[in-house]
Amino acid sequence: MDFSEEQLMRYSRHIILPEVGGKGQKKISNAKVLMIGAGGLGCPVGYYLAAAGVGTIGIVDNDEVELSNLQRQIAHSMNTLGVNKADSAKKTFEALNTDVNVIAIKERINSENILDLMKDYDIVVDGTDNFPTRYLINDACVMLNKPLVSGAILRFEGQVTTIIPGQGHCYRCLFEEPPPAGLVPSCQEAGVLGVLPGVIGALQATEVLKLIIGKGKPLMNQLLIYDALGVDFRKVKVPKNRDCPVCGENPTITNLTDLPEEYCSI
Amino acid sequence: MAVKVKIPVPLQRLTQGKEEVEGAAGTIISLVNDLDQQYPGLAERISENGKLRRFVNIYVNEEDVRFMKNEETEVKDGDEISIVPAIAGGM
Repeated sequence: MDFSEEQLMRYSRHIILPEVGGKGQKKISNAKVLMIGAGGLGCPVGYYLAAAGVGTIGIVDNDEVELSNLQRQIAHSMNTLGVNKADSAKKTFEALNTDVNVIAIKERINSENILDLMKDYDIVVDGTDNFPTRYLINDACVMLNKPLVSGAILRFEGQVTTIIPGQGHCYRCLFEEPPPAGLVPSCQEAGVLGVLPGVIGALQATEVLKLIIGKGKPLMNQLLIYDALGVDFRKVKVPKNRDCPVCGENPTITNLTDLPEEYCSI
Repeated sequence: MAVKVKIPVPLQRLTQGKEEVEGAAGTIISLVNDLDQQYPGLAERISENGKLRRFVNIYVNEEDVRFMKNEETEVKDGDEISIVPAIAGGM
């Protein structure tokens, strides 16, 4: 399909970039991105991807908007208190850009439904708030060979990494095991600076767009760590682990399983 | 000169809020023990029975010690060490 006059105007600041151009913008329009979580990270990621004109955005979230979310979850508002977050975000993103097909998936992701939910998408974005889901998403992306842009936040600190199965590291190469329950506090217990997911989510959206247009270097085999208090961005190397239980030479994890619920309280 | 160690936000409670501390050169595990002398409780958060916990990584400059000599990796004056725990928040 060709861009309409209106679309040419809407995306003109992209199209004028030699790295994007009409060709790149077309790739963006054809891209299908699945966001898991429409919370602190999912809101800015989805906002920027919708603005950029990503053709299909799937949003998986089973929670409802609460007042305590509005300090950082910028796609929700007083008008959507009590509304499912995927529905609330869909409303916001569609108001921004009607070119985008936003699919609200009001489910809790688990080992039974994850492969089916992911299969039609090109790229997955992790914006979840617990370790079991993070490891599950990682394992599913490795098995389906889907690129995964992972972000995490706590208090004043954030982490971003881009996982391209078959080429670079995976989340288990980075952190072999999730911490036991209680050792790492959750945002709910520890707090989070409201703008922090904005910074980390914008970095994730940038990674997604780079993957779509195929330009620049993805955060593959690297972890970016942001410390808001020290204004410190650091990158460390993340080699692919040959002994990784899911993407290594002799994988021991070949089926998806849900970690025990107690991990959820981390 | 000593080894500079970046402390992640969740552990800064143990370092009186300091985001960077200094420790003695030597192996990673001796550095962890040295830091624990200065900031009691730190060693327990990142290691167990002399082994690094599997959800905490330590980087010497930009390199993960798991892909070097792990706890026995030598660090020298001027090296920058980062302690990086897994975090999961997103919402």
